[in-house]
Amino acid sequence: MKYRVHVRIVPRAGLLDPQGQAVEHALGVLGFTGAGDVRVGKAIELAVDAGSQDAAEAAARQMCERLLANPVTEDFSLTVEA
Amino acid sequence: MLRVAVVRFPGSNCDWDAYHAVARAGAAASFVWHRDTDLQQADVVILPGGFSYGDYLRSGAIARFSPVMQAVQRHAAAGGAVLGICNGFQILCEAQLLPGALVRNNRLTFASRPVWVRVERTDTFCTSAYARGTEMRIPVAHGDGCYVADADTITLLEAEGRVVLRYVRGENPNGSVADIAGVSNAAGTIVGFMPHPERYADPLTGSDAGAGFFRSIAAWLPGGAARSTP
Repeated sequence: MKYRVHVRIVPRAGLLDPQGQAVEHALGVLGFTGAGDVRVGKAIELAVDAGSQDAAEAAARQMCERLLANPVTEDFSLTVEA
Repeated sequence: MLRVAVVRFPGSNCDWDAYHAVARAGAAASFVWHRDTDLQQADVVILPGGFSYGDYLRSGAIARFSPVMQAVQRHAAAGGAVLGICNGFQILCEAQLLPGALVRNNRLTFASRPVWVRVERTDTFCTSAYARGTEMRIPVAHGDGCYVADADTITLLEAEGRVVLRYVRGENPNGSVADIAGVSNAAGTIVGFMPHPERYADPLTGSDAGAGFFRSIAAWLPGGAARSTP
């Protein structure tokens, strides 16, 4: 069965995120003064063929650990839909 | 004559510069395509600068899984020498042959200019021609050159003297931790750095301050290190 996997990758907390800082600055310039702590990451969507939702999640987790996210600099989270 | 293989990925663009610098220093240079798994019995492998696989996902992230990198992993594991320059350094970090990672420059600009760097480790195959503490101007050209690693790793690198190149104070073009421009493994057989000495390896391009890296390589004796096998 095909499962839809959404991967969310963000720079590790505490790591300098110059893109986030630049976006935060631009938001301030636009008058959105309440916005802060901006982090810029990436979203990856994929279809995973697996026997169960748990198996799909396990496979996606391996993909993240081996390729999609860099364990030195990024944190990832997953959601899996049938 | 010492044999040096320069790996070409789709998007490598400093491959000829590296080839020329190696040949000019008196070693035998050859190219190896990213689909090849035969390093042609090279003593030294150079991963050159560029934008392998378009820098998709992260710089170096796709290249590390290319067929040639399986051969480079075996070569490195057998004690063979590997030098990664710029994108090559990013690939070595992604492949976990070197610790840490290279992330977006802290000022978000693509840094492309000569900067002052200092040689801090000279007992490697590619820095032996320099005296420790030598400072020189070498070009950088990168968008993702900010070296980061966790505090324990930085402490270890400093304690073991594995910072090979460091930006001179005030010259750090990208926000790298501790002004680190390049690091090595403990044995000094795997080295990666962001500056491009191959661009300053011939007076024709304005300076040959970087030629010493390639003279070091040409003069290097592999010693007991096993030669790579396909």
